[in-house]
Amino acid sequence: MKLEDQRTTVYKVDPNHPETESLPTLRTEELLLNMGPQHPSTHGVLKVILELEGERIVKSTPVLGFLHRGVEKLAEDGTYHQFIPHTDRLDYVCAMYNNFAYCRAVEKLMDITLPDRAEYLRTLVAEVQRIIGHLFWLGTQALDIGAMTVFFYTFRDREILLDWFDELCGARLTTSWYRIGGVERDFTPSLTEKVQSFLDYFPPKIEEYVVFLEKNRIWLARTRGVAVISAEDALSFGLSGPTLRGSGVDYDLRKYEPYSAYPKCEFSVPVGKNGDTYDRYWIRIEEMRESVKIVQQCLNQMEPGPIMADVPSVTLPPKDRVFTNLESMIQQFKLFSQGFDAPAGEIYCGTEAHKGELGFYIVSTGGGRPYRLKIRAPSFIHMGAFDYMAKGYMIADAVTIFGTYDIVMGECDR
Amino acid sequence: MHPIAEKIQSRFPEGYVGANEWRGDLTVTVKREALHEVCSYIRKDPDLDYDYMVHVSSVDWPDDEERFEVVYEVYSIRKRHRIRIKTRVPEHDCLVDSMTDLWMGADFMEREVFDMMGIRFNRHPDLRRILMPDDYTEGYPLRKDFPVQGKGWRDTFDFLNDPT
Repeated sequence: MKLEDQRTTVYKVDPNHPETESLPTLRTEELLLNMGPQHPSTHGVLKVILELEGERIVKSTPVLGFLHRGVEKLAEDGTYHQFIPHTDRLDYVCAMYNNFAYCRAVEKLMDITLPDRAEYLRTLVAEVQRIIGHLFWLGTQALDIGAMTVFFYTFRDREILLDWFDELCGARLTTSWYRIGGVERDFTPSLTEKVQSFLDYFPPKIEEYVVFLEKNRIWLARTRGVAVISAEDALSFGLSGPTLRGSGVDYDLRKYEPYSAYPKCEFSVPVGKNGDTYDRYWIRIEEMRESVKIVQQCLNQMEPGPIMADVPSVTLPPKDRVFTNLESMIQQFKLFSQGFDAPAGEIYCGTEAHKGELGFYIVSTGGGRPYRLKIRAPSFIHMGAFDYMAKGYMIADAVTIFGTYDIVMGECDR
Repeated sequence: MHPIAEKIQSRFPEGYVGANEWRGDLTVTVKREALHEVCSYIRKDPDLDYDYMVHVSSVDWPDDEERFEVVYEVYSIRKRHRIRIKTRVPEHDCLVDSMTDLWMGADFMEREVFDMMGIRFNRHPDLRRILMPDDYTEGYPLRKDFPVQGKGWRDTFDFLNDPT
């Protein structure tokens, strides 16, 4: 069946049907429905004005900005290092990946290469974060469209990893563990052990979630053929991540523009066929399996070594030296009060977060602060396609479509 | 010079202003009048084939005569290359042709540029504020002359402006 045919309305009265004339004349008019800003399925504060014909969506207008905090403006007012905690609050479900994307952008601006161990640590933690992101997505998406059990299972496993983050950097959600030029601290033996035991524990659990959903008629009925978009349209809208790969485009920056330790790891990029919510679900499940592989490879290949690039004018000194060595303390103080001197120029650096391409466009005129910092947030760009993708579906499907993008409003509104 | 920049220059000698390659990013600056033609060319030319809209952005340079810079970054999935197309507009006439007919995603991205920087887009189907409230009248927040703490009704509170 063609993509376009799947979304045609089948419930319309056929004017040529012999029984049509005997139907009573009903007064019909379009109904405006405000969905949100307070609605449990919107994952934050999002309002969508739906124009309805019966229960069908004719047009939808997303109203964004309820969570706008002016992060791009704040970036211009602080040093490069000071912006890292702000990135935690963009996509607060996956703070590590935001840190990662931002640090990578600044490193591209400063032209820094990282030691091997730092790259492995970054990749490992980023993939753990991807698993957390997909678990969160799976739980809430299933909850939103009527399968409650999965939520408890995925959140149980997500908790294990959040506790692991807690031990790694002292925070579960707003992590700020990445630093420009490296990472904040190395793994302890107990952390390595815990991540290894999780890797042994986790793959059978994925089968559990799949059992709950793949034979669940409600889940299938509400995801198959819902929120269909063709590859060409998806590209034109700038969709990325699983939302784009569901339509059959294998665009994944980890493969297209390999970075960090990804080129040294073997993994595949799952690609869907039908461009519907079910394919995107399948991709996310497969990506969790791939992430487990990447984490295992990083763990095996990692050698002891420095975790910070040795560029004293940019990177922070080791913490233990700051309190014992005068020069290191001065270096730390100067970096945090004045920042480092960035060269004049502009760069764009995109990173494959679990939602899609998270990019930072930084314009520098020299000095310690970015002149302009633009965040290419996948959630915002995905919302641009909402009206197009929701046309012709039922009101209840709007919830599926929010979920299919995996939107988080902190990132969408910035 | 980068072959793609050369190609654009030879095709649009009038509209071409300059090109720059830094840290592996190719930037081509064009005149505002040529922007839509150039974008339509790089979108449709089979050798360039820029089919993926990455982001639309804007930069404010208050000291320059042509104050605002509009930045389009596009990528080609098939050819795997990216390019940044920039153009400048003066403050008294900040109007650029919209790219919504070439990349549908430009709709929201251009609305954001309008909302944050006050640059208007010609032939945009729905040019309204997107992140700020619809009735927001205090200006455009990402302009350099807009204070970080905000302005408007807060300035009217005496206790906030009282130096003692």
